Amino acid sequence: MTLDLVIQQLVNGLIVGSFYALIALGYTMVYGIIKLLNFAHGDIYMTGSFVGLVVLSVVGVWVGNGWLGVACALLVSMTVVGFLGVVIERFAYRPMRNASRLSILITALGASMVLNGGALALTGGRHSAFNADLGYAGIDISSVHITYTQMVLVGASLALMAGLQMFITRTMYGKAMRAVSIDMGASRLMGIDVDRIIMLTFFIGSALAAGGGVMAGAYYGSVHFFMGFVMGLKAFTAAVIGGIGSVPGAMLGGLLLGLLEAFGSSLPFIGSEWRDVFVFGGLILFLVFKPTGMLGRSVVERV
Amino acid sequence: MTHQATEMSAAAQPRPLTRNTILMAIAALICALILPQFANAYVTEVATTVLLYVVLCLGLNIVVGYAGLLDLGYAAFFAVGAYTSGILTAEFGFNFWLTIPIAMVAACIAGIIIGTPTLRLRSDYLAIVTLGFGEIVRIIARNLEITGGASGLIGIERPEIFGFKLMQVQHFYYAFLVLVLITVFVCLSVERSRIGRAWFYVRYDEDAAAGIGINRVWIKLQAYMMGAVIASVAGCLYAAKMTAISPESFTFAQSLIILLGVVLGGMGRIPGVILGAVLVALLPEVLRGVGTYRPLATAVALLAIMLFRPNGLWPDKRV
Repeated sequence: MTLDLVIQQLVNGLIVGSFYALIALGYTMVYGIIKLLNFAHGDIYMTGSFVGLVVLSVVGVWVGNGWLGVACALLVSMTVVGFLGVVIERFAYRPMRNASRLSILITALGASMVLNGGALALTGGRHSAFNADLGYAGIDISSVHITYTQMVLVGASLALMAGLQMFITRTMYGKAMRAVSIDMGASRLMGIDVDRIIMLTFFIGSALAAGGGVMAGAYYGSVHFFMGFVMGLKAFTAAVIGGIGSVPGAMLGGLLLGLLEAFGSSLPFIGSEWRDVFVFGGLILFLVFKPTGMLGRSVVERV
Repeated sequence: MTHQATEMSAAAQPRPLTRNTILMAIAALICALILPQFANAYVTEVATTVLLYVVLCLGLNIVVGYAGLLDLGYAAFFAVGAYTSGILTAEFGFNFWLTIPIAMVAACIAGIIIGTPTLRLRSDYLAIVTLGFGEIVRIIARNLEITGGASGLIGIERPEIFGFKLMQVQHFYYAFLVLVLITVFVCLSVERSRIGRAWFYVRYDEDAAAGIGINRVWIKLQAYMMGAVIASVAGCLYAAKMTAISPESFTFAQSLIILLGVVLGGMGRIPGVILGAVLVALLPEVLRGVGTYRPLATAVALLAIMLFRPNGLWPDKRV
């Protein structure tokens, strides 16, 4: 493997990995707090991308389709979709909190399908172009061209993740989130408004996924109603690899998965068609042999 | 304590077949038998699709409804049957009826492969893993030469019974009807058997079930295998009817539709599941005018049912 290929795959892996990480954070936070796998999360990512597209086309008239436009799209999309996540929690998940696990899972599936179906209805199944004009200027490291766009995207993702980490470890709300994820009943007894904290968790998780969505839309140039499905599965894989329930784990898992995927698909016998099988196979192996992932805690179930 | 135990074992018995139930079933059967005589080819075709979904939903009901394993990749078993039968008849010239037992064995193996990793997983993880497997099977079907790749397998032979070739819509309608009857019979028997009760206990409280000596691993694997075999036989017949199959018939969306049929009608109960299957199979026809809003409407309906009637439209009153 030449140095060029290594660098190229490194860059690809980091970019895809940071998208995975942003989405995986939402999965892991929601799971940590209410032990629910939010099937709709991948579709939140997709919705974020669409909202970003719409905002960009509206705002782009005034500020152009460059960095400023994308930044506006990012902020608006993150806020709007964050609230969408809260709405979903409030109306679809909260009434089901005491229902059987099966019912909750199916409800989550239903929420996912509603988002999917809505996007399908609005776009008719076609790809939509995300007109972000970010240019190809960049630096060259031994004949591999790394654009500024790529660097900014990775940097922005890392900044968001760092921000989240600081929020969780240094603010009262963050502390409350951690408390609720450890023991919901005890947190209530300590005076924490658990419902509000759950809403906050959903807001942050959804906002991050939406951020990933806007950046992915800007980077790849197109948005499709089904893009959340595979993304969601892989991000979940990342969350599991890193240790579900652990925020640093999700970040680590995401980046790792992105790199694994990039380097894996350049292996001779695993072409890009088998890439998804490679990822799902990895997920299954992890769940069987190391379900707590790398940084996760062992959960002891009380009988 | 004894009172609770009696209640539980009483609850574990499925509802007895009352005279009314049997009369309704006979009436439905008579209607089903004479339908092709009065309907045109299009209606018969739709009815055949309904029968297919009834079989698939009954099969998934064993995995999800009886054993409580949320399988999101059920279409994989359907694919295993369809492709096994298709490849054996199209590439190797096997007799269709011989491919059925082979497909059943393949399905058992698939059931074990897919079921084994999920044995110790919580329901959320189980769902995702089965989803992953469903995708893996579809991608394999799409990438391999022998399965025809992305454009699918063509040239599957129509089956023959004693020299009579099954060609027309009516023939396949009756073939599927026979399959439905067999499946219903199998499900009714299994519901009332020791395995059926064991599934109920495992679904209700897995650790307690292990405590009374139920082999959790084997019971779960049996559920997967039974569900897989049913789907795979349906797949054989489906392949023979379509004479051409592609990976696009076995997507996650397909698995979801089958799951929807089981959930909508009422998990765990045969009449409920049949109702759900009929609804789900007829949905594309009923909503034909709505076009691209169809998946959205289906999804909203699913959410509404989960929020307001979480046990389905015609539920199992036991749990």
